[in-house]
Amino acid sequence: MSQPSALEEKLDHLQHHFIDSDQQFEASKMGMWVFLVTEILFFGGLFVAYIAYRTWYPELYMLASTELNTFWGAVNTAVLIGSSLTVAMAIRSAQLNQIKGLIINLYITIALACVFMVIKFFEYSHKFEIGILPGSYYSYEGIAHEKANIFFSIYYMMTGLHGVHVLIGIGLMIWLVVKAKKNVFHSGYYTPVEITGLYWHLVDIIWIFLFPLLYLID
Amino acid sequence: MATNEATTSIKKLQVRRFKPDENPEKHYLNEETGIWAWMTTVDHKKIGLMYLASITVFFFIGGMLALLLRTELLSPARSFMDADVYNQVFTLHGAIMIFFFLIPSVPAALGNFVLPLQLGAKDVAFPRLNLASYYIYVIGALFTIFAIFTGGVDTGWTFYTPYSATTSGNVMAMTFGVFVLGFSSILTGLNFIVTIHKLRAPGLTWNKLPLNLWGLYATSLIQVLATPVLAITLLLLTMERLLGIGIFDPNLGGDPVLYQHFFWFYSHPAVYIMIVPGFGIISEVISTFSRKVIFGYWAIALSSLAIAFIGFLVWGHHMFTAGQSSLANMVFSFLTFLVGIPTGIKIFNWLATMYKGSIDLKTPMLYALVFLFLFTIGGFTGIMLGALSVDIHLHDTYYVVAHFHYVMMGGMVMAFLAGLHYWWPKMFGKMYNEFWARISCGLIFVGFNMTFLPQFVMGAQGMPRRYFNYIDQFQPFHQFSTMGAYVMGIGFFIMAGYLFHSLRKGERSGSNPWGSRALEWQTSSPVPLHNFEHTPVIINGPYDYHKPMSEFQLGIATSHNGHDHHAGDNTDISKTEKEQA
Repeated sequence: MSQPSALEEKLDHLQHHFIDSDQQFEASKMGMWVFLVTEILFFGGLFVAYIAYRTWYPELYMLASTELNTFWGAVNTAVLIGSSLTVAMAIRSAQLNQIKGLIINLYITIALACVFMVIKFFEYSHKFEIGILPGSYYSYEGIAHEKANIFFSIYYMMTGLHGVHVLIGIGLMIWLVVKAKKNVFHSGYYTPVEITGLYWHLVDIIWIFLFPLLYLID
Repeated sequence: MATNEATTSIKKLQVRRFKPDENPEKHYLNEETGIWAWMTTVDHKKIGLMYLASITVFFFIGGMLALLLRTELLSPARSFMDADVYNQVFTLHGAIMIFFFLIPSVPAALGNFVLPLQLGAKDVAFPRLNLASYYIYVIGALFTIFAIFTGGVDTGWTFYTPYSATTSGNVMAMTFGVFVLGFSSILTGLNFIVTIHKLRAPGLTWNKLPLNLWGLYATSLIQVLATPVLAITLLLLTMERLLGIGIFDPNLGGDPVLYQHFFWFYSHPAVYIMIVPGFGIISEVISTFSRKVIFGYWAIALSSLAIAFIGFLVWGHHMFTAGQSSLANMVFSFLTFLVGIPTGIKIFNWLATMYKGSIDLKTPMLYALVFLFLFTIGGFTGIMLGALSVDIHLHDTYYVVAHFHYVMMGGMVMAFLAGLHYWWPKMFGKMYNEFWARISCGLIFVGFNMTFLPQFVMGAQGMPRRYFNYIDQFQPFHQFSTMGAYVMGIGFFIMAGYLFHSLRKGERSGSNPWGSRALEWQTSSPVPLHNFEHTPVIINGPYDYHKPMSEFQLGIATSHNGHDHHAGDNTDISKTEKEQA
C-alpha cells in the first residue's frame, strides 16, 4: 500500500479519472490479477492436453521424459525461484524509496531470466541435433513408442510458450529500469513495478508446475 | 466486524441537485474533433462509437453474405455460385457475424459507451488499454480480410480438425485473426470488471447497480475465463498447420475430438458472451418503458451470474454424436437443461415487471417485446436439442440453424437493436423517426420469422445444414425462407436510412427523452467530455420510478468532479467513496 504523505505527495502519475493514488493503485493491481487468471486458463488448455495424453499413454510419458535433462531443469528451477526473490526485493526497494536498490534488483532479475533462456537454448539445440524436432519434423529413433512425437509437441508448446513469457518479462523489466532511471518511481507510485512483479511470479509458478510434470516423472 | 466498520465510516456529504443542461454547447462530439483526435482518443464514448461503426460494417458484410446464401438456396444445385464458393460464403457469414459482430456488439460497442456513464465514472479504469483493444480488434479484422482474399476458408466457423488442418484455404490467417481478436475481447472484459469494482460513484453500492451492469459483469467474467482457452486452441491449430504437431491430427496420432472439446469449452460460453449483455439491455428497456420498478432485481442480477457459471459446464452437448461416452452425454444433457432455469427466471421477471406497468410502446420497447417472443422460441428449441434422443435426430440439421438464429439474431440482435434505439439520443443528442423505426421493426420481425420458422420444419424432416444441394421436397421451405430474408434485408435498409437521416437532421432530443431514472440519463445529451460536470451521488435504485426525479440528479455540492485541482475538501469525499466501494 502506498502511504500518501499529505503535503509532499507527487501527483504527476495520477490519471484524471481516478480520485486518488490509492484508487489507481488498487485498480491496476486488480487488473493484473484478472490478467493472471486469463494466463492460467491460457496455459490450462495445454495442461489439459498434457493430462489427456498422459491418461491415454502413460508409458509414453515415462519413456519420453528420460530424454529431458533433469539436472539442467533443476538448475533452471533454482534460477527462476531466485529471480522471483529479486523481483520481490525490487518492489520492496521501491516501497522504501530506494531507487538505486530497485534498479540493481531489476538488473539481477533480468540477468537470471537471461540465464534461464540460455540454458533453455542449449537444451533445445541438443534435442534438435539428435532429431527431436517439433511436430512432423520429428525424426528421433531412440524412443520405442509410436506417439513419441506427440509428447514432444506438448513439451515444445508448453516450454516454448513459457519461454515467450520469460522474454516478455525481460522486456518489461528493461522498460522498468529505463523508467526508474528517469526517477518516475517513488514510494507513492510504483504500480508498474508491483504489477510486473506479479506477472513475473506467475511465469515462475508455471515453470514450477512444468518442471515436475515434464522432467521428474520417470 | 463488517457492520462496525460500516457505521464508523459513514461520512456526511453535502449534496445538491444538478439538473442536466438541456442544450449543451460543448460535448464529447464537438470537443477534440479531427480524425487524429478520434484515432488517438482514450474517451470510452468515442471508442464505443468507433466499435459501433466497425461492427456495423461487419454486420453489413455478414448480412450481404447471408442474402447471397439464401439466394443461392432458392433452387437446388448450382444457380450462381459453385459448391466450394458456397462453403466459403457460409464460413465467412458465420465467422464474421460471431467473432466480428456478435461478440463485440453489446459489450464493446454499447457497453463501452454506457458502462462508465451508469457508474457515474469519468472513464473506464484503463482508458489506454481500451483504445488498444480497439486496435487489436482492427488488426484481427485485417487478418481475416487478408484470409478472404488469399484463398478463403471453407471449414465452417468452427474450424474442426482434421479438415481445417489439411484444407487448401488460408485457415492460418483466419484463425490467427480470431486469435488476435480474442485478446481484444479479454482486455475489454478485464477493463469492465475492474471498472465496476473500483470506479463506482459515491452511494452506488452493488444492490443499486443497474441490471445492465450485472449483465456486462457476468459477460466480462465469461470473456476473461473462456477466451484464453480459445486462444490456446487456435494457437495449437495454427501450429498443427505450421509444424504438424499432431495433437489434433489423427494421421499423426492425435485426437480430433480433443479439438472439439477445446473449441466448445470456449465457444459454448461464448454464446453467453453474446446473449447475457442482451439480457442486461432488456432489463433496462422494459423497466424504463413500463415506468415501474424492476420485478425481482436480485433474481435477474444473480441469474446472469448463474448462466455464466452453468455455461462453462455444458460444452459437451455439441458433441453428442462425436463418440463421447454415454455417461458424459447424460451429464452434459442434464446440465444443459439447468441453463433453462435462470433463463426462465429472467423471462418471468420481465413479464412481471410489465404487469400493471404503464407501458409505452416506443421503438426500444417494441424490440424488447420482439426479443421476448423470439428468444423464448429459441430457448425452448434449445432445451429440445439438449435432450439426447431428440438431438441424435436433429443434430446437424436446419433445426439447429433455426434454433441458433432464434437465440442469436432473435435474441441478441434484437436486444442490441433495443439498446441502440434506447441509447441513440444519449449518443448523438438526436431523435430518429419513430414512425419509420416501427415500420422497420415490424418488417424485421415478420421477415425473421418467415426466414427461420420454415427451417425448423425442414430440419425436423432431415434437411442437413451447410449443404449446397437439397432434394426437391424442401424447395418450398427454402424459397419461403429466402423471401423472409429479403423482407428482413429491406427492414435493415430502412433502419440504415432513418438512422443516417437522424444523424444529419434529426430532431434535438432532450437529455432524458424516455423519462428514465437511470444515471446515464441524468447528464446532458450528447454527453459532456468527462461524462458529469459534478460527482454524482446515488441514493436510490436505478428503477425507483415511484420516487421524484430530483432524487436521481444529486451530486456533491462542493466538488467539480476533479475539474479543478485536488484541493483540501476533496479528501473526505475520496475516502467515503473508497469505503463504500
